Amino acid sequence: MKVVVAVKRVVDYAVKVRVKPDKSGVETSNVKMSMNPFCEIALEEALRIRENGGASEVVAVSIGPTQCTETLRTALAMGADRAVHVDVGPITVYPLSVAKILRAIVEAEKPGLLILGKQAIDDDCNQTGQMVAGLLKWPQGTFASKVILNKEEQIATVEREVDSGLETICLDLPAIITTDLRLNQPRYATLPNIMKAKSKVIKKLTVEELNVELKSDFEVCQVTEPPVRKAGTIVSTVDELIDKLKNEAHVL
Amino acid sequence: MASLAIFRALRNRRFSLISPSAIPYSRSIFKLISTLILGEHEGGFLKPSTLSAVSAASSFGKDNSISILLGGSGSDLQKAALHAASTHPVISQVLVADANILMHPLAEPWADLVHLLQKKGAYSYIISASSSFGKNVLPRAAAILDVSPITDVIEISEPYLFVRPIYAGNALCTVRYTGLEPCMVTIRSTSFPPPSIPTAVESSAAPISQVDLSTFYKETGGKSRWLKLTSQETDRPDLGNARIIVTGGRGLKSAENFKLLDKLAEKLGAAVGATRAAVDANFVPNDLQVGQTGKIVAPELYMAFGVSGAIQHLAGMRDSKVIVAVNKDPDAPIFQVADYGLVADLFEAIPELIEKLPEKK
Repeated sequence: MKVVVAVKRVVDYAVKVRVKPDKSGVETSNVKMSMNPFCEIALEEALRIRENGGASEVVAVSIGPTQCTETLRTALAMGADRAVHVDVGPITVYPLSVAKILRAIVEAEKPGLLILGKQAIDDDCNQTGQMVAGLLKWPQGTFASKVILNKEEQIATVEREVDSGLETICLDLPAIITTDLRLNQPRYATLPNIMKAKSKVIKKLTVEELNVELKSDFEVCQVTEPPVRKAGTIVSTVDELIDKLKNEAHVL
Repeated sequence: MASLAIFRALRNRRFSLISPSAIPYSRSIFKLISTLILGEHEGGFLKPSTLSAVSAASSFGKDNSISILLGGSGSDLQKAALHAASTHPVISQVLVADANILMHPLAEPWADLVHLLQKKGAYSYIISASSSFGKNVLPRAAAILDVSPITDVIEISEPYLFVRPIYAGNALCTVRYTGLEPCMVTIRSTSFPPPSIPTAVESSAAPISQVDLSTFYKETGGKSRWLKLTSQETDRPDLGNARIIVTGGRGLKSAENFKLLDKLAEKLGAAVGATRAAVDANFVPNDLQVGQTGKIVAPELYMAFGVSGAIQHLAGMRDSKVIVAVNKDPDAPIFQVADYGLVADLFEAIPELIEKLPEKK
C-alpha cells in the first residue's frame, strides 16, 4: 500500500506575523517559512506506518510556488520516498482548489491512505482533508490522535479529538486521515538524511497537466490587525486582585 | 447580490412613501433568503452553540426563513425537535432526520444528508457552529456541492461579507463570498451570543417536519462506523459556555497540583481549562485545551495560572472580557494581554485566592 501525505509551506509558527500596511495580507517576504506543524505530524505518521510494514511507499505532495520544493526536501530528509510538487506559481490556492488537485493526484497515485494535517496555521481553515474526502467519496478520520491500521481487513481504526473527549471510529480503506497535535512527535531530519534527500526525486506537475480547473468563489477584501487590548495593571497582592475584580471589573 | 441591492432599494423607497405597517411588502416578487442550520442536540435540548448559529443566521436579513436540521433517533431527537421548534420565533421550521446512521456524528452520512436537503430546499445559506461536528461535516458537504466553505466566522458585516481570524488570531481577514448558492459558513459561537428568548413562544412554535430519507440509504455507504466515545465525567460548567474559566499551564508542574485549580474552580463555579503544555504533560485530558487548535473561549473572567502566553494559546482566549494572569515571571507575554496581572508564586496565590474569594452565589 502507498501512503500520500500533503504538506504545506507556511510562515514558521514562532514568527509574530505583521499585517501589510495596504491591508492586502500578511507580510510573507523575508519571513522564516517552515513546514506546517500539522503536516509534519502527518508525515511522521506515514513514516511510522511504513516502518511498521503497513505501507510500502510514502509520497509527499505540496501545492504552491517554486519555494515549496524546500518543504518537500524537508519531507524527503525526514524519510519520504519521493515527492510531487504541483507548481501553481505565485497565486494563492484555497482549500477547494487544493482538494481538487489532491483528488487528481490520488487518482494517479492510487494510495490506500491520504494523510493531511487538520489545519494550516496560516489560513486556519481546517477544510482540505474533509473536502478531498467528499470529492473522492472516501471515509474520513479527522483530528486523529491515534491510528491503527489493519492490513488484512483493510480498515483503519482512528481515535479522534472531539469537543467532548475522544471518539473512536473505524474506516474502510482507502481513507483520509487528518492529524491532531497529539498523534505523534515528529522526528528531526539528520544531516546524512538531508544529504541523501538531495538525490531523491521531486516530480513537477502543473494544474493543466492534472486537468484541474482553478476557480475561486470568494475574494479577500482586506486583512487587518486585531483590536489591541488596552494595557492592564499589575497588582501586588491577592487582596488587591480580589478587590479590583469585585469593585472595578465587577466580575465577581 | 444584485437582487439584494434592488430589494433593499425598493424596501427603502416604500418605507419613505408609505408607513411600513400599512402595506406589508409582497414576498413573492423577491427571492427569499433561506438558511439551513446543522443543529446539534444533547439530552433532548439544542446545544448552546446551535443557538449561536441561530443568532448568526438572523443577521443574514429580516426575510430569512431559518430551518434547523436535527438528526438521530429515539425520544431524545423528538424532545430536541420540540425544544428547537419553540425556542425562538425566528426559527421557521425544524427538519427531523430520523435514522440510526445519524445517531453518531459521522461525516459521511451527514454530508450526504446536507447534499440531499440542498437539492430539495435550495438554501441560500447553510451554517453550523465551528464545533468538532461542524468542522468535520460542513467542508465535506461543501466539496460535494462544489462551493468553498468559510470557517470560523466571527462577524457577519453584511450578507456574503464575513470576518474571520487567520494566523492564530493575529490578523483578521474580511472575505466576500462570490460563489453560487449555498454559501456555507461555520461560526465561532463565542462571537454570536445566543438570541435572548422572548416570553410566551409556545404559541408560535415552528412546524416540525420529517425528512424523507427513502432515497438517502441508497446513496450513503457504510464506509465508516462509529465505535465509542470516551468523555470526561464532570459536573463543572462546559468550557465553551462558562462565565468564568480558570486555566493552568506548565507552571502547575503536575496533575496533582491541578487539583488545586479544581478547588478554585469549585469556589468560583468556573470551568477548568489548560494550555497545550499542560495537556501534553498529561496533567489533564486534551478536551480541556484552550487555544488555536483547542477550544476557543470568551468568558467574562479568564484566570491564567502558570501560563506563559504563547500566541497559540492567546488565540483561544483573547476575546475574554477580563483576563487575569498569575505568573512568577514578570516578562511572561501573558501579562501583555492581562487586565490584571499578579507576579507571584501560584502555589501561594491559589490557596490564598481559595481562602479569600467570596462563595459563589
